[in-house]
Amino acid sequence: MRPLQLTHTTLTSCLGRGLDANLAALRLRASGLAPCRFETAVLDTCVGEVAGVDEVRLAPALGAYDCRNNRLAALALAQDGYADAVRAAAARLGARRIGVFLGTSTSGILQTELAYRRRNAASGALPADFDYQHTHNTGSVSDFVRRSLGLAGPTWTVSTACSSSAKVFGTAARMIEAGLIDAAVVGGVDSLCLTTLYGFNSLELLSHGPCRPYDEARTGLSIGEGAAFALLEPRADQDAIALLGVGESSDAHHMSAPHPEGLGARMAIEAALAAAGLEAAQIDYINLHGTATPSNDAAEDKAVTGVFGTDTPCSSTKGATGHTLGAAGALEAVIAVLALRHGFMPGGANTQRLDPALRAHYLLETRAAPVRRVLSNSFGFGGTNCSLVLGRA
Amino acid sequence: MTPLALEGVALIGPGFPDWAAARAVLAGEVPYAAAPAAVPVPLMLPPNERRRSGLAIKVALAAGAGALAACGRGAAGVATVFTSSSADGDTCHAICAQLAGSDRLISPTRFHNSVHNAPAGYWSIATRSMAPSTSVCAYDASFGAGLLEAAALARARSEAVLLIAYDAPYPEPLHAKRPLADAFGVGMVLAPARSAHSLAELTLELGTRTPSTFAELPLEKLRQGIPAARCLPLLGLVARGARGAAVLEFQEGLTLEATLTPCS
Repeated sequence: MRPLQLTHTTLTSCLGRGLDANLAALRLRASGLAPCRFETAVLDTCVGEVAGVDEVRLAPALGAYDCRNNRLAALALAQDGYADAVRAAAARLGARRIGVFLGTSTSGILQTELAYRRRNAASGALPADFDYQHTHNTGSVSDFVRRSLGLAGPTWTVSTACSSSAKVFGTAARMIEAGLIDAAVVGGVDSLCLTTLYGFNSLELLSHGPCRPYDEARTGLSIGEGAAFALLEPRADQDAIALLGVGESSDAHHMSAPHPEGLGARMAIEAALAAAGLEAAQIDYINLHGTATPSNDAAEDKAVTGVFGTDTPCSSTKGATGHTLGAAGALEAVIAVLALRHGFMPGGANTQRLDPALRAHYLLETRAAPVRRVLSNSFGFGGTNCSLVLGRA
Repeated sequence: MTPLALEGVALIGPGFPDWAAARAVLAGEVPYAAAPAAVPVPLMLPPNERRRSGLAIKVALAAGAGALAACGRGAAGVATVFTSSSADGDTCHAICAQLAGSDRLISPTRFHNSVHNAPAGYWSIATRSMAPSTSVCAYDASFGAGLLEAAALARARSEAVLLIAYDAPYPEPLHAKRPLADAFGVGMVLAPARSAHSLAELTLELGTRTPSTFAELPLEKLRQGIPAARCLPLLGLVARGARGAAVLEFQEGLTLEATLTPCS
């Protein structure tokens, strides 16, 4: 595929607001995970909660969109001069020529969870102030971001569980290639809610302590929340950081368990390398999906070592950020940008003893080294797989 | 964008038991007769998955299988785009109702069915297809979003893509906040170039013209009442079998202008 530059990026997670806070924490292998105190959840697990989301106030004109997910989106858009950069691009290219494609798994469903507690005792009706379209609906976050940025291009949400905001990079690339737009705002936003906390609990996939990807004692994931955005443009600036390849596949195996041999994951990785025109040996660092569930890490390890052998440095940053579900793909794509820009490979936080059954070269310590190309994996329920290759164009 | 070829079409919705019935209505040969959507049991699914699938998954699978059958294609290797405004509303209601009560131990099956891409997961399990698949949502603009995704994907892959647009109503109390008239599913196979399978050549452009509507009130009500039914002006062109153009409703300030040229 034709490389697309990530001309502006931003990232907000439990590690902090904006690129610098996340960069500093990732270099130190710091973790933002803490025991779950979210809302009324009573669960013995840790979460990666973004501080201060409740205090965010949306612009009055966008008040109908008020919910945790859109507040998190607004918080993230305000960091790193991102919104201003997009507005400048819109002035240059035209608001209608910039698409908006965002990933989320649960959008503003927390708003509906809360509204169900306030149902009319007699009729069962939801409260009058509950706004389904602008909060709960899966499309809400993309519409909110489009309006926040003053854009008018084609806008939709990709919602394929935990691969959602990796797949938006593919959507944007195809829409630009088709000539329908000249640039795209891509990203992911997912926020804490009871559906995912109690849902993953029901599947017995939640870790009690902070999650430990690739650890021999890993027991499950820690849910996080976060938002990350990139502006994708087909420019050819020397040495700029670009999206080089996207690969997608389906497991065709099970709704909530990965293919045990990592077959779908491997197909996505190979398709991403082929789209980038690269050999496996040309990848310097792999940001794993690495959820820390026993089955994910085992299946992903087979896929990764099957393609790369056992020497390519890799790690999961979910020990630091938690699994941000539909935001994870974009979050980790921006982490890949940080690795490329600042020349480091983040050591996996929380992991103590590597599982001897896993063969990939998992980094327990942060490594300072030039990084020219990164592969980032995102897999999800329904057997959806997406791999991205980012690097110097 | 460059023209695509439209291959098979399938449709299930209120008053439309299948595409043949819908085609006759949309061509003006018979009047529209309202009737509840009759959604078939998805025999393509293994018994366990069949038991776990609700109305939204059933209507999506039926639309997809119908579209492939209509053009004689197998599912293997055909990438899919699923689009829906709300996916499985029954599951969403059940989870929210349970979380509002004192026992929050929701069922694992309910949880995995709650993801927007659940029909895509069931589709790939049923067909064994490991081809790429995406699932999108844009509230009332969901059909246009899915059509653009599918068109751009067919162009990028230079291979046929199956678009499945579907909706199923929420139960109360969400139904009062988001009233969808009935279940509706449409499947279309879009190919990058004309072949023996092609029904018509389709050109899509973004524009700002006023969306096409139906003069017949029940059809217009259907078009407006279910996001996936925003496809109907396009299917009207297919049904009439003559060259024509339709403006499809999309998002605020943007429409999708479709031009269709039948392959004789």
